[in-house]
Order: sequence, then C-alpha cells, then structure tokens
Amino acid sequence: MPKRFVAIWFRHLITDWLIIRKPELLHQPFILAAPDHGRMMITAASAAAQAQGIFVGMVLADARAIVPALQVFNDKPGLAEQLLKALCKWCIRYTPVAATDLPDGLILDASGCAHLWGGEQPYLQEIITRLKAFGYHVRVAIADTIGTAWAIARYGRVTCIIKSGEQATALLPLPPAALRLEPDLLERLQKLGLYQVGSFINMPRSALRRRFGQALLDRMDQALGREEEVIDPLLPILPYQERLPCLEPILTATGIEIALQRLLEALCSRLQQKSKGLRTAVLKAYRVDGKIEQVEIGTNRASHNARHLFKLFENKIPAIEPALGIELFILEAPHVEEVSPQQETLWTGGCGLESITLAQLTDRLAGKTGAYSIRRYLPVQHYWPERSITPTASMLEKPATPWRTDHPRPMLLLREPEPVEVSAPIPDYPPMLFTYKGKLHYIKKADGPERIEREWWLEEGPHRDYYAVEDQEGRRYWLFRSGHYDMNKPHCWYIHGFFA
Amino acid sequence: MSATKKEIISQLQKELLLLQGFKPTLNAAVHAGLEPVEAAFPNAVFPTGAVHEFLSEAAEQAAATGGFIAGLLAPLMQQGRVCIWISAARTLFPPALAAFGVTPDQIIFVDLQRERDVLWAMEEALKCEGLAAVVGEMRDISFTASRRLQLAVEQSRVTGFILRHQPRDLNANACVARWRVTPLHSEPGNNMPGIGFPRWRITLLKVRNGKPGEWQLEWAQGRFNVITENIALQPQADIRKTG
Repeated sequence: MPKRFVAIWFRHLITDWLIIRKPELLHQPFILAAPDHGRMMITAASAAAQAQGIFVGMVLADARAIVPALQVFNDKPGLAEQLLKALCKWCIRYTPVAATDLPDGLILDASGCAHLWGGEQPYLQEIITRLKAFGYHVRVAIADTIGTAWAIARYGRVTCIIKSGEQATALLPLPPAALRLEPDLLERLQKLGLYQVGSFINMPRSALRRRFGQALLDRMDQALGREEEVIDPLLPILPYQERLPCLEPILTATGIEIALQRLLEALCSRLQQKSKGLRTAVLKAYRVDGKIEQVEIGTNRASHNARHLFKLFENKIPAIEPALGIELFILEAPHVEEVSPQQETLWTGGCGLESITLAQLTDRLAGKTGAYSIRRYLPVQHYWPERSITPTASMLEKPATPWRTDHPRPMLLLREPEPVEVSAPIPDYPPMLFTYKGKLHYIKKADGPERIEREWWLEEGPHRDYYAVEDQEGRRYWLFRSGHYDMNKPHCWYIHGFFA
Repeated sequence: MSATKKEIISQLQKELLLLQGFKPTLNAAVHAGLEPVEAAFPNAVFPTGAVHEFLSEAAEQAAATGGFIAGLLAPLMQQGRVCIWISAARTLFPPALAAFGVTPDQIIFVDLQRERDVLWAMEEALKCEGLAAVVGEMRDISFTASRRLQLAVEQSRVTGFILRHQPRDLNANACVARWRVTPLHSEPGNNMPGIGFPRWRITLLKVRNGKPGEWQLEWAQGRFNVITENIALQPQADIRKTG
C-alpha cells in the first residue's frame, strides 16, 4: 500500500489564533512585531493589514506610516511552535502519526486512515471544516510524498488530492519555491529564468548537481518519492496501542466503561499472543472540544488479565471529565514486559508472595493510595536499629541475611528517640527510675547494656548503650544512654521503644 | 449416665450454634499452648476467618498487643503465607516479630495517610482469598463498617485483626471477639537477674457465643504458656450485650 501524507498549511497561524482569542480584532489591521537589530520588525500581519500593503519583514515604523490605526502586539518567540504542537495533538484523532512542520504547517501520515472517514475527499473536508470552525484558515493537500503534499498545499491551484504516482505531473506547473529550497538557491533559479519546476525537473542530474548542489536533487527526489522521507511524530508510536473512535460523542461513565472494556480486551488478546504483559497503561480520551483527558494505572507485575486491569481503571473513571463528549479513546501500554507462563498456574493452598491474587490486591491498593505506601522490610547487616531494616517495594526480593533474634528488639520503635529524665548509678548500671511523659517509672528488672556503635564509616556521633528495663507495673521499655558517662557533662538518656 | 448427658448437651449446643448461623471454623490454626483460652470460644476453637478486635490505651499496651498478635500470626503464616499490616501511624518495628516466630519479610506493610483509607484498604485486603491475616490499626470502627469486614471474611475465610489504640467509644460491633492485652511482670526464674519472657494479662471482654474470661500468658520458646487459668469475668453491662 502506498503511503499517503496530508500537509496542512495554516495561512495566518498566529493572527488567526489572536482573532480566536480576541474576536473584536476580526477585519482590523493588526500586526505582531518583535525587536530585531534595534528596531521592531513585523513577524505576522493580519489579512486586513496585508490588504493595505503591509507584509511580514517590514519595519514597524514604515507600516505605521502606511496605516496609522495599526494595532501592534508583541510576538513571543516560540509561539508558533507552541500553537502547532497543540494543533498537532488535536490532529491525532485523524491519524496516530502527526508531526509539526515549522513554521506554519502540520504533516499527517494518513496511510490507511482516510477510509475510516469514507475516502480522501471527506477526510480532507472534515479536517478543513473542523479547523475552520476553530477559526483557522488552512489549505490542505494529500499526496504520496511529504514534499508533494507540502507543495500542493501551498502552491497548488487545481486540486488538493494528488492520486498515487502522479506527483511529477502535479509538480510541473508549480514555482521552484514549492520544493522547499533555500532562499539563495531560489534566487539563482530565478536569475536563470527557471520559474517553474517543470522547466528544470527533466534536466540531466549531473548538470543540476554541478550548478545547484546536492540539496536541489534531494528535495526533488523527496517530492517525487524516489527518496524516503520520514517525519518525527509528536507522540511516539507505541507498539501496544488500541484506538476506538466513537460515532457519537460519549458522555456517560457507562459509555466510558464499555469503551475501556473493548480496548482492554483487544489489547490483552494481543499481549497474550505475544506472551507479554503490561506494567503501565494509559487511557486517553479525546474530547470534542479538543482537550485530552487521561488516566494511568500501574501494575506490580506484568499482566494481560483484562478483568484485573479493568478493576484498576474502574477507580479512575470518575476522574475523566467528558464535558461535551469524547470522540476517541486510545489505550496505550508504554511499559510492557515478558510474562512467564508459569504465573498462570494456580497457587495451591495459601497466598504466597509470588501469587497473582496478591499482586492484584497490591495493584488495587497502590492504584488508590500510591505505590510508595506499600512496602516490605528486609533485614540488613547493621546493628544500629534505624539501619537494621530496609524497605523494598518488590514482592519477590529475598532477604540477603537471616532475621536475627539473638538481641531483644522492641515491638514498637519510636521514630525519634525521646529524651527522658533518669537517675542511674554510675558509671554504667541500668537506671533506677525514669520519668517519661510526666510519669515516674521505678525500674524493677533490667538487662544490658548492649552497646551499639554508630558505624563511623556511615555517620559520626556517640554510640548508644541500650538497656531493656521493666518497671513496677511490668511495662517494658528500651532505654539508652548516648555516649560515655562523663562527670562534667549532663548525661543524655533516651527512650527508644516498647517491648511486648 | 452423666457422660452421655454431657455428650447430648454438647451435641445440642453445636446444633444450636448451627441454627444461629454460626459456621464452624475450618482449617483452624494450631496455637500451641493456647488451649485454655481457646476453650472460651464455641467448639473450643480459635476462630480464624473472623475479625478480632484488640483494645489498647497506652503505648505499652499496644506493644503487648503486638506481641500477642505476632504469636497468633505465627501459625497462620506457615507455608509462606502473607500477612498485610495496614496502618495510618505505624510504630511497629518488624525485626521484633522474628522473636515470635513470624518471618517479618512475609508481612506487607501498607502505610496510609488517613484513617478512613485504612478501613477501605482493610476491606479490600480481607476480600483477597488465601492471605494468612490482615491487621488494621484504627481508632474507631462503626457497626456498619465492622459488619462489612465480617461479610468480607465470611467469603474469603481470612482472619482479620483490628488494633484500636485509645478508642473513643466502645460501641457494639460485629467483631467475633474483643480482647485487651496488658503487660505483666516477667519471671526470669531460678532467681536469675534481668527480664524474663514476656508475660501478659489477656482479657477476653466479649466473645460471640462464648464465655469471656481473663488469663495470664507467657510467650516462651516459641509457644504460649498459660500461667493462671481462667478467672471468669463478672458479667458487666457491656458484656451482656454480646451475642
């Protein structure tokens, strides 16, 4: 199947945009200007201003002399690119491969898309009318190559649909500028009296190369389809993507659910055939008013289970605002992984860390509360209590060292040790009594000290001497003294936890 | 003659329980040394596949409750089964669980911002068949919420533990039992210095279809030891409401 490209030319991109934002400017002469070499240069002029003899590239002062009532706006650099990007995103409803073509155009790869609108004529008509409804004046052309479509959109007079393989005949009457050439090259062609593409297109290639360089030949080859030209799509094409255009705009949650169900089934069956599963999925809803709503899910483990994925999306559907209606749904799987077939076997008995049901549960929890809130802890070879465990988000990571039970550890550990008032016999006996939160505890039994160093290669500071103590009512605490006992300094005692 | 009478009575009691819609506990976990406490429950089995409620006032009590629950979890988490611990303000230190026979890396901790998310997450987790247990820390639970949890566990047969720290009101709810664990003096034995094995006073404030009571327990060498037998609780106003 031959490739078909659509070129869209915005004739007054920036001024049209300004008129959309400020409707009172319609039929008014106004221009946009930017400073250049110490003077204001006109970068865009409205149709009314152009009719009075103002053109782009004029100095603002000259234009003011011609039209005293001229309205002047400041041009921001990068405005055209910004506008084109937004329009390009909007155009994704016509084809997944859309690219911007600076300074004032778009290129769509329409191969295999036009029949969905009933042929190329209605396809182009739809694009023109929809853009016109926004307020943009556009010219559109479709051809086998980007070069020809570009040329016809800007310089074509007869028809905007160039049939497959007829690029050469369509290009013949056009001026050389239609080939997207550099200005100095155009000037040289002009000097030699080559006013039409037809007057030099059949010249010997060696002669053309000698006189005009390789650039002209490349542009000609691109326009005629002898050389492949690729466009850089605005949104990269993902291998796992499903589209669902809707005949009528979708407004209800039920409608969204049905669309999602269909897309998921299609995507999951494709994934299943390739024995792959998705880790993240994005549902994009293209609204009639040009906005794009999107929701995203993530899974703990690669999955192609449509029911499970639907459940994950279900919580997020209320976040989609249909406004006037949604006309296109796109489901993408940006992150896909291999699924080992053993995963499908049912886990007999309980639910282990590897089991699918657990992965699905954690996905559901993570979907609502965020993945960072779910973790396991693994032991680490550190004595320092705060460093003795490390959180992990993975369900499959195995502990590298066994859990130690040789030293008592408290059931509850305070986030920060809290200072306590203590009377203790010197130098390193356990305390006799301590006050915590205004309550006096007489210590009846005690174990310790267990000295834990701070690990100087990680952190500087005093060591801790831990004591497990039990008070008069049988309550058990974990206390420590920070650093050595020193006569000259008040010693610092802290409570760090509660034993079971 | 009296033996047959006892048999008949116990048989009739079982039938009554069935008529009341009380399902017998399947695949009950074996809690070594906990038999005197289990006697308080119907059919003298610790009810798994049900929701238990634990009250604690101070942090010391919460720690003791954590120890007791860890002892209960250990047999449930055999064969690599997973427990989920949901909380909004967790201070539990996982390495301590190892001393109670629980492998701490088999516990998945879900740390949430708000307490009402805890309830949602707990219900979602309790619906997941095959889990060993779900522990949720929340201050208060309404009757409706507890009923929802009960319905979830009836389907999935997962055991749920609700840890209520400083509860505001002790309303009636659908939990199968209400416990309170308070720390007691440990006895190192043989006049040895230092702290002995952890000891607690276990108070069963409410049991559905069972008898409330109070015991003194010790956790030693990987099992519970009952120190003092049941001191039957005086029926109190809030206890009479159960059933």
